[in-house]
Amino acid sequence: MSLNLLLQISPSGPASTLGTANPVSIAIFFLFVAVTLYITYWAAKKTKTGSEFYAAGRNISGFQNGLALAGDYMSAASFLGIAGMVATKGYDGLIYSIGFLVGWPLIMFLVAEPLRNLGKYTFADVVAFRLKQRPIRIAASVGSLLTISFYLIAQMVGAGSLIKTLFGLNYEIAVVVVGVVMTMYVLFGGMLATTWVQIIKAVLLLSGATILVLLALSKFNFSPAELFMSVKTQYGSDMLAPGGFITNPLDALSLGLALMLGTAGLPHILMRFYTVPDDKAARKSVFVATGFIGYFYILTFFIGFAALALVGKDAIISLDKGGNMAALLLAENTGGSAFLGFIASVAFATILAVVAGLTLSGASTISHDLYVHVIKKGVSDEKGEMKVAKRATIFLGILAVTLGLLFKGQNVAFMVGLAFSIAASANFPALLMSIIWKGFTTKGAVYCMVTGAVLSLVLIVISPTVWVDILGNAEAIFPLKNPTIVSMTSAFIVGIIVSLAKPEKEAADLFESEKLRTYLGHGSEK
Amino acid sequence: MDSAKTQEILESAEFKKLVKTRWNISLSFTFVMLFVYIGFLLVIAYNKDFLKMPLGDSVNLAIVVGLGIIFFSWLITGLYVYWANNYYDSDVHEIKKKL
Repeated sequence: MSLNLLLQISPSGPASTLGTANPVSIAIFFLFVAVTLYITYWAAKKTKTGSEFYAAGRNISGFQNGLALAGDYMSAASFLGIAGMVATKGYDGLIYSIGFLVGWPLIMFLVAEPLRNLGKYTFADVVAFRLKQRPIRIAASVGSLLTISFYLIAQMVGAGSLIKTLFGLNYEIAVVVVGVVMTMYVLFGGMLATTWVQIIKAVLLLSGATILVLLALSKFNFSPAELFMSVKTQYGSDMLAPGGFITNPLDALSLGLALMLGTAGLPHILMRFYTVPDDKAARKSVFVATGFIGYFYILTFFIGFAALALVGKDAIISLDKGGNMAALLLAENTGGSAFLGFIASVAFATILAVVAGLTLSGASTISHDLYVHVIKKGVSDEKGEMKVAKRATIFLGILAVTLGLLFKGQNVAFMVGLAFSIAASANFPALLMSIIWKGFTTKGAVYCMVTGAVLSLVLIVISPTVWVDILGNAEAIFPLKNPTIVSMTSAFIVGIIVSLAKPEKEAADLFESEKLRTYLGHGSEK
Repeated sequence: MDSAKTQEILESAEFKKLVKTRWNISLSFTFVMLFVYIGFLLVIAYNKDFLKMPLGDSVNLAIVVGLGIIFFSWLITGLYVYWANNYYDSDVHEIKKKL
């Protein structure tokens, strides 16, 4: 097809079927739910003990865990959101996705192996390993639960609106369906079911996006250069270069740090490293995850530009200002309504899988960190712990649905940024220092985590993101859109100063003797 | 395991070298990754025009650098795995024999 012909494709074209019930979509979605619930039934028989519930019996292979990590990380927000950002703002969308990717190499270099060797079920296990259990568990739970809650709200509200646009289904029904199905995965199938849901979803999402890119590129003789040419001819060359996204270097740096280091502090991601047999498999899983996630972001980059060239910016924005429907409109444009139905159900499955991962990690924080180590002071039988874990799962399922209904129609886009900011400021500094610094003390860790969490929350409220955009004030008190550069740096500094002020000899001694476990994996959880 | 044996391994030159090499590699790789990504952000913030430099008819430097960072992330992660599998693990294996 010649380029001239392409440019004549009318952006308006036939009206989109988005928002009406799509039979293919509904069929595939039901098939997905049926298959995953069957897996949950199968997994339930193998999920009796704590290590099975929280860590799938540590029997997941490195490759499988790599796919599941990618599944946990590739949310509908990054699939639809990044493609939409590229489709409306061009190159700037790529800057965002690169930030999400570069955190993975750091997980590999800094935390993956020591985390697997030292911990049991949660990242707080590692921070508390040689420090005093109770204060650390409480502070780490605050960071974990805040990260999980904000991430969960963003996902649930996104799910409701997405499903409404995709299937024409009522927002409330959509939120309840997501809440009920994901609670069943976690409650009955624990980590084993959740892992397989992530793997299936990752395979569906990656293959769906690959087919979408191939279909779109087929209209450009499979030449990316021709695709870029079409974008350039229609919208000018500025679309292919960085635009207004980064103007203030400090703002850019702050967001960059949040995306990069926040990834290494996400509780549901860190928890996945306990599902593999040893540190070698943990290493392999990060490599596999980095490969798939990077590939996925390359796909979203092409999806965004192809939507821009084939569907047209006006048609995309007319449906959703943020461009979130770009990938779906492209699917309809290139593969008809059946393919749209396929991609739409994949997006729905994506949300389900991500919220299941978040809920499981929240439940483990409540039962393992708070119930066992704070309330029961470390002595609890497995039966009691599992009971609390299951109750916590139901509680979080109800909470997720309630929050989803409560925040209906609210602007929650900032909450993902906030979740990353808290993860980067409250969770990551304490985790890193507990791994590499002998002089880190209990008091230092608690102050570090509290500083990170409180500063992230307070600064985001008085930042332009909330103070101006949501609360409608004329000028923000804190100038940066994302607080991470201040909140994370402060967390590190406070942690270091407080630790230096009053050394903890026992902690330093234990740091030495735990080295066989940290570096050789000697005595780590099997 | 008796603590004298543990102490002996902890204080052996071999073990100390293992730990030191591990962090030398990890921290250097971390700084390289931070440098690449933060450098990219700063170039965007301070010199957008540089990235608009055309390479061919439709592709520009920004696209090549952006996708290049994704490839670089793969490369550096792969390099770490290669080092850990071939060098770190065999040293660990040697030390573990003494346990």
